[in-house]
Amino acid sequence: MKLPIYLDYSATTPVDPRVAEKMIPWLSEHFGNPASRSHPYGWEAEKAVEEARERVAALVNADAKEIVWTSGATESNNLALKGAAHFYAASKGRHILTVATEHKAVLDTVKELERQGFEATYLMPQQNGLITVEQFQAALRPDTVIASVMAVNNEIGVIQPIAELGELCRANGTLFHVDAAQAAGKMPLDLARLNVDLMSFSAHKAYGPKGIGALYVRRKPRVRLEPQMHGGGHERGLRSGTLPTHQIVGMGEAFRLAREEMGSEIERIRALRDKLLKGISDIEEVYVNGDMEQRVAHNLNVSFNFVEGESLIMAIKDIAVSSGSACTSASLEPSYVLRALGRSDELAHSSIRFTLGRFTTEEEIDYTIDLLHAKIAKLRDLSPLWEMYKEGIDLSTVQWAAH
Amino acid sequence: MNASVYLDHNATTPLLPAVRDAMLPYLDDRFGNPSSRHAFGRIARAAVDEARQRVAAAVGAHETEVIFTSGGTEANNLFLKGAAAMLPAGRLIVSAIEHASVRAPAEQLRRYGWQLDILAVDGQGRADRADFQRLLAGRPALVSVMLANNESGNVQDLPALAEQARPTRAWLHSDAVQALGKLAIDFRALNAAGVHALSLSAHKIGGPKGAGALIVDKRVELSPLLAGGGQERDLRSGTENVATLVGFGLACTLACDPQALSERTARLVSLRARLEAGLVALGATVFAAEAGRLPNTSFFALPGLDGETVVMQLDRAGYAVASGAACSAQTGRPSPVLDALGVPPEVARGAVRVSLGDGNDSAQIDGFLTALQQIVAAFAHTAACPAAKPRLAETSRGVL
Repeated sequence: MKLPIYLDYSATTPVDPRVAEKMIPWLSEHFGNPASRSHPYGWEAEKAVEEARERVAALVNADAKEIVWTSGATESNNLALKGAAHFYAASKGRHILTVATEHKAVLDTVKELERQGFEATYLMPQQNGLITVEQFQAALRPDTVIASVMAVNNEIGVIQPIAELGELCRANGTLFHVDAAQAAGKMPLDLARLNVDLMSFSAHKAYGPKGIGALYVRRKPRVRLEPQMHGGGHERGLRSGTLPTHQIVGMGEAFRLAREEMGSEIERIRALRDKLLKGISDIEEVYVNGDMEQRVAHNLNVSFNFVEGESLIMAIKDIAVSSGSACTSASLEPSYVLRALGRSDELAHSSIRFTLGRFTTEEEIDYTIDLLHAKIAKLRDLSPLWEMYKEGIDLSTVQWAAH
Repeated sequence: MNASVYLDHNATTPLLPAVRDAMLPYLDDRFGNPSSRHAFGRIARAAVDEARQRVAAAVGAHETEVIFTSGGTEANNLFLKGAAAMLPAGRLIVSAIEHASVRAPAEQLRRYGWQLDILAVDGQGRADRADFQRLLAGRPALVSVMLANNESGNVQDLPALAEQARPTRAWLHSDAVQALGKLAIDFRALNAAGVHALSLSAHKIGGPKGAGALIVDKRVELSPLLAGGGQERDLRSGTENVATLVGFGLACTLACDPQALSERTARLVSLRARLEAGLVALGATVFAAEAGRLPNTSFFALPGLDGETVVMQLDRAGYAVASGAACSAQTGRPSPVLDALGVPPEVARGAVRVSLGDGNDSAQIDGFLTALQQIVAAFAHTAACPAAKPRLAETSRGVL
């Protein structure tokens, strides 16, 4: 077994070797610009791009014409929200509905729109990380131009009730955007059945390469967007810029594999995740963050009370995990997602996100369980707080003196 | 597998084998997210940092002046819309021969209340200095003039334009996508002359598609186009495209090495001279030939022949060239660049662009000229036989 063990698949996944193999010819002899219309170098690249588009569409039961390539889910989220808000503000209104636990790419985009004169509502989830249909319905307004709710949360893996929310949006004449960066390939998504108008995808969360993503833009009924990247008119004018053929081919193959293998893969990973949970549940003062039922199979987010998060990360260097979303981990702020669930700063700080994936083995999980037992016991042995807790002192009533 | 001779390097270039080899580990076991703090992440972060140093070094910039983007289009959009967002709506000057990824965001700004002034160029594609002086009197806030044109290859005297613009205190940007790797670029010197930002792209210099950069003077305040996780000092969110950036970095090092650059320039200049001697013998008009040009680019028209047709016939003969810019290859539109150069539409219709690269040699040039000569002969023949003409035109559309 090779150390460190990678258990951070929600930050990024390795490129599946089968995907890399498909990409390499497009990094070698097939180097044409897909926009070149006058020679076979361009034609073959364009053909590859269109095949990949079919494959991405097929995973989510959409039409290839509904898929727009972007540089990743961040760009997809920006394009969906700014593009739709600006296009429909005049006809529908300037209210945006979203959730406090969305990814920064959604939250910061909505904040930018607020600065431009839009009004936003940020729903607070329940303690389990989920929002309720009633809560969402109550917040919808006649002037709600777009609602944005992620399918799967990146930190705690909970699955929001997208189908029900979509119906409410449709009835209200509100566009519905779903950030599915963490969902594609991890759970079934059927856009023919879901009332979703815009959906963001990322390749590198699903065993494809970094630097490529897509935005689903519904055609029936037709959703229109104001482009955010202007230029040569690629992607039917919605997103200009030379298409990176190798990355697109990689995303197509990654999504094709996901479609073929998702069923059995999810069950294998769920068994490993459940084994991990069971293996650490005999450790005292361990709290699972987020609902365990409405949750993707590969995510386990737990807080180890009376253990300082940074020390824990250092102590378990043999496993690569996240103590918050990778995208915000440079800051020492406690996770805003866990705070929104009502977790204390202490519990938020001591949280670890384990995310399993295609190449995770049972041996690695066994090792992780043993390591956690040993290291947490050791850290708590050094912790005065743990000692006080064991002595029966209620730490929430302690008045700490500054000095 | 196609065996055509590739003569369309301004559209995109083959990936250098060394660059591909440098990228592959990042599509394999070095897959971490640079924002992750564990070993996988730190390895990826180090790779992005090294790529940034390489890009900076290649153009004489400091690494903190490099903002990675998904390509040249995004870099151009980031500068124009990002700088405009931090300013009250004012005046914006762009040259008449800019790439669509400058023209289109400039048009967008016009819709948001900016006044857009188009800087005229002379018959060789050179910015008209008197027109520039006149437009500068309008106190522009932003100016964007490309360093080298993608179609004609003509190079602007950027330091002189910067000197001229300096008293206005406008932010001056230059799209250097086509110049990179073909001309020596020294951002420190350009910055001292008054240039504040440059756009770069990886795939025009033997690097991969999907990466570019905006090199920008830190005094320029920019609003990001992409909000989110705060990567690139909050100026461009989104998980870094590690493998592609690694490729971009190495491609910059290889393409911009002064020794390699001067050898390549000498080789391309001599190949192009061979090409253009043949073209002139066939009666071709070479555009912007009197201007300083990129060493690899030849943009020409043959009298009485339609450019699209020539390009299709060349393809059949095994030569890949362009009839206009690949990035805006919507059918039927004459080149706006040639329009700006004052080329009459009936001549512009015949435009063909050959852009040479490292893989080309003199035997290929000779072969190309022979093929072109045969096309000229064949079409001179069909031109005398009107019935054949529509059928050929139809065929070429069919190929499209």
